[in-house]
Amino acid sequence: MASDIKELTFSQELVSFIEEWKGKPGNLIMILHKVHEEFSYIPRDVAKKISEMLEVPLAKIYGVITFYHYFKLTKPGKFNIQVCMGTACYLKGGEDIIQELENILGIGINQVTDDGKFSIEAVRCVGCCGLAPVAVVNGKVFGSLTKDKLSEVLAEYENK
Amino acid sequence: MSLVELKINGEVVKVEKGTTILNAAKEINVNIPTLCHHADLEPWAACGMCIVKLENSSKTVRACATPVEEGMSIITHDPELHGVRKTVLELILSTHPNECLTCGRNQHCELQTIACEFGVREQPYEKRLRDLPIDKSTPSIVLEPEKCISCGRCVLVCQGLQNVWALEFLFRGENTRIAPAGDDVLNDSPCIKCGQCSAHCPVGAIYEKDETRKLLDAIQDKNLHVTVQVAPSVRVAIGEAFGLEPGTVVTGKLYAALRRLGIDAVFDTNFGADLTIMEEGTEFVQRLTEGAGVLPQITSCCPAWTDYMEKYYPDMIPNFSTAKSPMMMQGAMTKTYYAEKMGFEARQIYSAAIMPCTAKKYEITRDENMYSSGVQDVDVVLTTRELARLIKSSGIDFLNLPDEPADSPIGAYSGAGTIFGNTGGVMEAALRTAYNLVTGTELKDVEIHQVRGLDGIKEGVIDIDGTKVKVAVAHGMANVGAVLDKVRMAAEKGEDPPYHFIEVMACRGGCIAGGGQPYFTTDEVRQKRMEGIYKDDKMSEVRCSYQNPEIQILYKDFLGSPMSSKSHKLLHTTYTPRPLHRL
Repeated sequence: MASDIKELTFSQELVSFIEEWKGKPGNLIMILHKVHEEFSYIPRDVAKKISEMLEVPLAKIYGVITFYHYFKLTKPGKFNIQVCMGTACYLKGGEDIIQELENILGIGINQVTDDGKFSIEAVRCVGCCGLAPVAVVNGKVFGSLTKDKLSEVLAEYENK
Repeated sequence: MSLVELKINGEVVKVEKGTTILNAAKEINVNIPTLCHHADLEPWAACGMCIVKLENSSKTVRACATPVEEGMSIITHDPELHGVRKTVLELILSTHPNECLTCGRNQHCELQTIACEFGVREQPYEKRLRDLPIDKSTPSIVLEPEKCISCGRCVLVCQGLQNVWALEFLFRGENTRIAPAGDDVLNDSPCIKCGQCSAHCPVGAIYEKDETRKLLDAIQDKNLHVTVQVAPSVRVAIGEAFGLEPGTVVTGKLYAALRRLGIDAVFDTNFGADLTIMEEGTEFVQRLTEGAGVLPQITSCCPAWTDYMEKYYPDMIPNFSTAKSPMMMQGAMTKTYYAEKMGFEARQIYSAAIMPCTAKKYEITRDENMYSSGVQDVDVVLTTRELARLIKSSGIDFLNLPDEPADSPIGAYSGAGTIFGNTGGVMEAALRTAYNLVTGTELKDVEIHQVRGLDGIKEGVIDIDGTKVKVAVAHGMANVGAVLDKVRMAAEKGEDPPYHFIEVMACRGGCIAGGGQPYFTTDEVRQKRMEGIYKDDKMSEVRCSYQNPEIQILYKDFLGSPMSSKSHKLLHTTYTPRPLHRL
């Protein structure tokens, strides 16, 4: 499992971040955010390594990463499509958007396409209700979505 | 100490400041129902059963977590509160399987009892079960998260009292569930199998692995000679299952009951404890006076503790006594010395052990040293709870049994053997014999009160012929850290070790409050069981291990002397660092 070994390598930036925050109160959430940024999820081995580095029990780390929706335990697709299910987006048809994505990609919520390229996630309000319904792909916002516009959105990432 | 005056149901009560409403009510014999509260633990306020009203206020508060205030007027029971509590109960039941008849906690379940008392006859809320898998990965305990009512006790016990961190709540809201660290199976977590989670769980979400059938099958097998040994603390606790007060010493009835079950030879782990003292005491004296090995020496009788040490303190391995636990020594002697005397092959003997402990189930196969007779030295471990069930289901009228003696030649015991059940007992027993080994004389007063009692860490200095022996005793796994850190620090600074001898037991109070003992153990119960053990010691004709006549014969006829090469082969073991989690 070459990819797993690669996953365990922390960037220099991450290591110095952990060193800087080690021992400070409330550091666990900060560090887990940084880890999540680097790996896009929290692999078990990484959680274990963090546990050893911070001398925080693995049980506690799992308590935190399962409590907050933000943290993922499994690897998302290369392009993670977050469909907003906040009130405005929901009323404007957010659910239809998810359904259409499921049809096109052949996967359900929190699943990844076989080629590892796309995953779908339903998220809470992303804070741009004026553009409802909204989806966010790796940080880029797509607003006023309709079912028809989705193939266009996906096309942008097909060959990346 | 300042007192607070308040009213509970109109009655004036004066209690110490800081007392919770729950405990204040107990003072005037008012019982407020609870499911998550446990006297061993800080309040967690999870279940909501204990809500009470403040008079002239619309506010309700949780009695378990609210300290009393001057002038408070509290209503603990009225028709409205009765209705609220019943609703709380019905909501809990809506996510709890109705499997009482086949549940490990049938008739000992706190939820079942409260549901019975409240007369719940219908289930008004939709049943929502989650079909969570049962975890049978350890040899000791079964985890059934489906039955969990999220009271938090096991998590508080595992993380707080024991500092093990094998269990944690995962996820949130209705998806909350208890799970081993890393969402692995329990055996791949730091779990030390102490079973304190199972002893504190109010329902059947965590319980001991029932192996009564194994013993019954062995009894049924005519080709097997079945032997049994009984641990010290079983004799002061099993009576509770038959309505006796905690601490009632029922050794003779216990032997009799085991014979009625069809067991061929009834021995006592207390003999093994005396043997442990001969080995471990000699080992200590050699370390102390001849420099043979490092100090402090640390006791190794408790399998949950050795497991913890191998995971969390592997640097302390050289400090560990290499002596096996009394149970394993007794098993080894059963299948070698006793077998030889009786003309049996080791494989013709089935050796069972009745223990207050779930970790003992793990210990019997922990490594190759547990097979010193050529086969498994102890074949099965039943906890006190399992044996109580077996006695009842075998139609034995326990309370009316005659008192019978144990069988020779490995059944007699000294008072030092019996006090192994209490925290501080191994230390006290070892010092009684060590004194004799060093001075050649007998200790005048064999009772060493410095190491007794429920304080989490006890320290003492014992004068052996001018040598001041510094000892420490820790019980409740979370207390061991402070003691060992002192040892580590002294070593780092190049100072003399702060202690010469350390005793550790994983469970608060020692084995008398082990994870396999009868339910509903609190400090009050611990105290009574401990008194029972000390009473058994006082009543013993012989109070030091080296004076046990059967021990003397064993060394003369079979082992030679303590720490001999034969002893090393059969009675000593090794330790190895173990990972906290699966790789």
